[in-house]
Amino acid sequence: MRALVWHGKEDIRCDEVTDPEIEDPRDVIVRVTSCAICGSDLHLYHNLIPAILPGDIMGHEMIGEVVEVGSGVNGALRKGDRIVVPFTIICGECDQCKRKNFSVCERTNRNKNIADKAFGHTTAGLFGYTHLTGGYPGGQAAYVRVPFADATHIKVPVGLSDEQVLFLGDILPTGWQAAVQCEIAPSDTVAIWGCGPVGQMAIRSAILLGAKQVVGIDCLPERLSMAGAGGAITINFLEESVVERLNDLTGSKGPDKCIDAIGMESHVSFRQPDTVYDRAKQMMLMESDRPHVLREMIYVCRPAGVISIAGVYSGFVDKIPMGQAMNKGLTFRMGQTHVNRWTDDLLRRIEEGQIDPSFVITHTAGLEQGPEMYKIFRDKQDSCVKVVLKP
Amino acid sequence: MNMLSKFGNLSRWPSDPKVIKSGPKAIAPSDMVARKLGWFSIALGIAELIASERIARALGMPGKEGLIRAYGAREVSSGILSLSADKQSGLWSRVAGDGLDIATLLWAFRHDNPKRDNVGLALVLVAGVTLIDLFTAQKVSARHDRGRRQPQDFGDRSGFPRGLEAVRGLARKDMSPASQN
Repeated sequence: MRALVWHGKEDIRCDEVTDPEIEDPRDVIVRVTSCAICGSDLHLYHNLIPAILPGDIMGHEMIGEVVEVGSGVNGALRKGDRIVVPFTIICGECDQCKRKNFSVCERTNRNKNIADKAFGHTTAGLFGYTHLTGGYPGGQAAYVRVPFADATHIKVPVGLSDEQVLFLGDILPTGWQAAVQCEIAPSDTVAIWGCGPVGQMAIRSAILLGAKQVVGIDCLPERLSMAGAGGAITINFLEESVVERLNDLTGSKGPDKCIDAIGMESHVSFRQPDTVYDRAKQMMLMESDRPHVLREMIYVCRPAGVISIAGVYSGFVDKIPMGQAMNKGLTFRMGQTHVNRWTDDLLRRIEEGQIDPSFVITHTAGLEQGPEMYKIFRDKQDSCVKVVLKP
Repeated sequence: MNMLSKFGNLSRWPSDPKVIKSGPKAIAPSDMVARKLGWFSIALGIAELIASERIARALGMPGKEGLIRAYGAREVSSGILSLSADKQSGLWSRVAGDGLDIATLLWAFRHDNPKRDNVGLALVLVAGVTLIDLFTAQKVSARHDRGRRQPQDFGDRSGFPRGLEAVRGLARKDMSPASQN
């Protein structure tokens, strides 16, 4: 079969690979009908996440049809079922899964010993996201093996297109979780750093959750126009001061809730000297992530506010003003998304027409064009916001 | 399939897909040259840092060892930048550095310099490298630039089929603490 395979930094190729096989009775094989390139795939593209190896198949956003079912799936799935595959692999039975803390499932990371050493405790297995999270082949491929498939799936009702439901596997629940963990009150101003795909979903989620004001922060006009369409007041950080504008919008109180939808690769600009400092340190391997957004959020957030982190961080950050955070009494909420905690509710909202996540798709291409689409997405060319690939 | 891919296949679980045949390399030739220039920059920089006295002697520039070491540090940082995702900045910093090198060598290309021939040779080499740097910087910038096309206006993409005001706050009632777990 064909698959997008990581060969090195900025070198993703459309390769011919062997077909996946049922390995465990709880597995199914899915024929992928649509998959997407995620912003967090770019961290791998840039070789910034440890433990990715040449030959690893990329991708953790996919939807498709079940074509082979293991003997232990026990009727949860049948051949021909259409499913969205959540990016977090879950057993559904461990203590964390029972608490719906799915992204820290204790049993699905097959490289648990490595993760225990790296993180202190293992987290869930993830598709296409390095050997630190299990080394599971990803879904930017014609077929994908879904382990623990009796729990790791979202069944798609008849009548919904791939584009409407594909993002249930990652960016929609990720933006939703970021907003929900803010515990938004009707009087709240919610500021969202980053108007990429996750930021766009966080904006819509904050609107659905009834925030008084939602603010989207980015520097790309096309993304800001999309944020504005979703109900956000927009700030272009290359044209105005984020801190001053947020204070203007909130009577100098600062936003009550701040969402980081950027993560470890924040934009580098001489207007914000700490971003240049971070970039230099990252290149010298003295810091793994660039935390400018965290610093800005801590500085501008209203005292007793919430900092919610949806963007991916991989390792170590430097110069985090803990004194500001502690004295302002800020609450930090973060984590990989507990996808299946939210998907029943979000699927209902899609079916009811409350939200249609397909608005974010700007590019659709065949799998063989995947390597070029990675470049276009990374370089923000052609007003690219979200790429969907058709294997 | 290269050696690294073969090693990757060995470390994979038995039933995981393995690469049979690789597709075309996704790195453009200009990006490959950028990488080579990055490594060249680091190697030259290290040489300038550790052999500044020998270089100063060879160019007839006694007393300029500190300057050569500073240029070495500059070369190393340009090289690291050229190898990073911000390779355009790295390559343009190399071009600027080349200008500095040429100015310094022209200063040393004096008739009273006993090593004037060496300086002349160095000038020719630096001029050649400058041309490669300039050409690569232009190619790489053109390939990765966002372009001059007007950004698209997505002002009609609300994502709310029923309209924004119809859904504002619709989910608030579902979000009692009990419903979150």
